[in-house]
Amino acid sequence: MRNASWVDRGALATMAVLVGAFALFFVLPFAGLIDRAIDEPRTWELLRTAQVRQALTLSLWTSAVTVVLALLFGTPVAYLLARARFPGHAVVDALIDLPIVLPPTVAGVALLTAFGRRGLLGEPIEAWTGLTFGFTTTAVIMAQLLVAAPFYVRAAKSGFEATDAITERVAYTLGASRLRTFFRITVPQAWPALLAGIVLCWARSMGELGATLIFAGNLEGKTQTMPLAVLSAFEGSSLGLPGAIALSLILLAVALVVLVLFRLVSRRASL
Amino acid sequence: MTLSRSGPKRWWATVLAVATLAGLAAAAACGEETAEPGDGGPKGEVVVFAASSLTDAFREAAARFEQIHPGSTVRLNLASSAALATQINEGAPADVFASADLAQMEVVAGKGKMDEPRMFATNDLVVVTPRDGTTVRTFEDLAANGGRLILAAKDVPIGRYAREVLANGSAPSTGIAPEFGERVLANLRSEEANARAVLAKVVLGEADAGIVYRTDALAAGDAVRTIEIPTRFNVVASYPIAALSDAGNATLARAWIAFIVSAEGQAILVRHGFGVPR
Repeated sequence: MRNASWVDRGALATMAVLVGAFALFFVLPFAGLIDRAIDEPRTWELLRTAQVRQALTLSLWTSAVTVVLALLFGTPVAYLLARARFPGHAVVDALIDLPIVLPPTVAGVALLTAFGRRGLLGEPIEAWTGLTFGFTTTAVIMAQLLVAAPFYVRAAKSGFEATDAITERVAYTLGASRLRTFFRITVPQAWPALLAGIVLCWARSMGELGATLIFAGNLEGKTQTMPLAVLSAFEGSSLGLPGAIALSLILLAVALVVLVLFRLVSRRASL
Repeated sequence: MTLSRSGPKRWWATVLAVATLAGLAAAAACGEETAEPGDGGPKGEVVVFAASSLTDAFREAAARFEQIHPGSTVRLNLASSAALATQINEGAPADVFASADLAQMEVVAGKGKMDEPRMFATNDLVVVTPRDGTTVRTFEDLAANGGRLILAAKDVPIGRYAREVLANGSAPSTGIAPEFGERVLANLRSEEANARAVLAKVVLGEADAGIVYRTDALAAGDAVRTIEIPTRFNVVASYPIAALSDAGNATLARAWIAFIVSAEGQAILVRHGFGVPR
């Protein structure tokens, strides 16, 4: 008895150390950022520059469009994957996971080979319409969508899988249309999962760097989103390292606000 | 309750044990390979931070250097000079810094921890277009409407040099036209992180034209077409190199620099399109 308890204490102590070290590892980088930002007298001045404002605006609206597109196209895919068994089901399922597993730089190169001016589809599109994607805000959204939408689809799929298919059938027998059933029965049941998917998708598109840099390029006000602005500042743009820190601080604040909001909304949704 | 007296002590003992182990592991991971006295030459590892335009030349030079100094390893970290300068000032373990301009060298020197920089190479600028590009055929064409131009960002050396070239092209009496630079920059589609990124997007045909170092155009071979910038507008970039005073391996760092400025090192650079500093 005495012996077992001794072992327990040892295990508990080890766990405390591991948890403490891990927590410290997660807190320190942000503490470092904030510490530097406070020491730097130009932080506030840098936050008010046009470059920062443009990058933040661009990031916010492109990620919003990405989320809307992910909802529009991703919801039917997620529902289909959750409810139906069809030939190629496993292939589609795996394809959706691919961008989650691959580094975003691969997504960027892949987008270039498909939609670039020498790309599979990019070349004929330019030949027919004269339109190109590279270096446009459209390209920014495409990069974000490829990298971030899978996070929504994944979450939505498990959300739909967890809903009760029998209540849907009951609704049909009561004369409700499929669309009405989907929005009144299925979506409310899956809502917490959908919400989590939306937040993940949005966060991932706000943070998108590699694919955007490669496919959409880096131009202030047009394709330079927040992460690209951080990188440009770090690489020596006029904002410099203090600018990179100031920009990071904004992203940190935005992320915190969203996470808190998400907690509040999902708590209400699950009540 | 009976055990609580001995509990805290053991708890701390575990903390100490884990901390000690972690410390040992960290020390082992960070341990420096010390140069061992062998056949006289410097040994060990030298970490060279070099501007991305030096990529091919320094790779070849590194291979040759390792042949001459058996037991030595050259680790190259290639990025834009501005990014390298920031990393060094933030404590990155660099032994040597080779910059594409004096400005970034001075960013590091401002923190006061390096040998006197010496110039080891020069480079000038060219316009590159995709192999099958038809939009831009001359330097003046850069100002044509609708051409897709990409440059490096304005605080990266190659980006700054490119803008100097455009400014020279807009000079009141000697330039092409007063609004030349303005019209060219109206075609700017992206500001890339370094010369190699500009080159890659031109090779891919994403851009109709880009301004890079002559050495980059040479490295791309047939993948791009090179358009000369008139000499009166062109800029000659001078590359400084210096050993960092708190270099982990100062002997090898200086040996690397000595090799780069030696006849053999210079021949490698010239073969890759660099000029020899006067």
